[in-house]
Amino acid sequence: MKFSVTVTLKKDVLDPQGKVVQNTLQNLGMENLKSIRQGKYFEIELNDNDQIKAEKKVDDMCKKLLANLIIEDYKVNKI
Amino acid sequence: MNSSVIVFPGSNCDRDIASALEKFQFKNQMVWHKETKLPKSDLIVVPGGFSYGDYLRSGAIAGKSLIINEVIKAANQGCLVLGICNGFQILTETGLLKGVLLRNKNLKFINKDVNIKVINNETKFSNKYKKDQILKINIAHNEGNYFTNPNHLKDLKDENLIAFKYCNKNGVINDDFNPNGSLENIAGIFNSKKNILGMMPHPERMVDNLISNTDGVNLFSSLLN
Repeated sequence: MKFSVTVTLKKDVLDPQGKVVQNTLQNLGMENLKSIRQGKYFEIELNDNDQIKAEKKVDDMCKKLLANLIIEDYKVNKI
Repeated sequence: MNSSVIVFPGSNCDRDIASALEKFQFKNQMVWHKETKLPKSDLIVVPGGFSYGDYLRSGAIAGKSLIINEVIKAANQGCLVLGICNGFQILTETGLLKGVLLRNKNLKFINKDVNIKVINNETKFSNKYKKDQILKINIAHNEGNYFTNPNHLKDLKDENLIAFKYCNKNGVINDDFNPNGSLENIAGIFNSKKNILGMMPHPERMVDNLISNTDGVNLFSSLLN
């Protein structure tokens, strides 16, 4: 069973990298660019067959290591 | 005084701090991160560097290493713990210190000597300094931008848990003299019991006039006091 996890900075936390990417794209002439936030992406494969159990495990992984909940949010999706 | 310096793959200030500790007659031992037992220690130092290449987030992987469980146990029993630079980042990842160190606001790795002001001089780590004393200490980091939630910031102020703040050479604290964008110019904090200090500046680099200055010496003599 395979999941994707996206970790992004919470919206009130400054994201200087996203800002620089945004500025650079604007310099390249990309118009109507409102905002860019940079994040991290993980693909996680588990041997479990029970989706609920597997999702719980992935959630635990996010809380324990993949995201720092003080500054980051995460989203889990089955793929 | 017995001290232990924890060594991770990628630590690079471990020998500097060991040599500073030995200079001040600490009986020091180096402890590899895979160890599961700490030697008898009055002080544990989590040194600077780039543990695990800063993979995932600075300090995140080291914060889950085997020896860290022992460091957490010892800290909860009152053992003194000092985290410098990457060590500070690791301590926030373990939860021993609250808050987080974000990427420097200007996105640059900063390596320079900066001024910091001693905010609380009534702790095991700072009693040999004068209150509001201005020190010149080296910083060398990419993620030193301290951030925490408003409730914790209030606790830091109300309980006098801010150790050092970035300032200019006259002690003025404002955005112009904040090298990395850290909240209220915070350069170092204590936990609520004040047995744990995390700081971005490197006191171990300031113990000898031959290579820098001696502004870091009183941190070590405070610990011995």
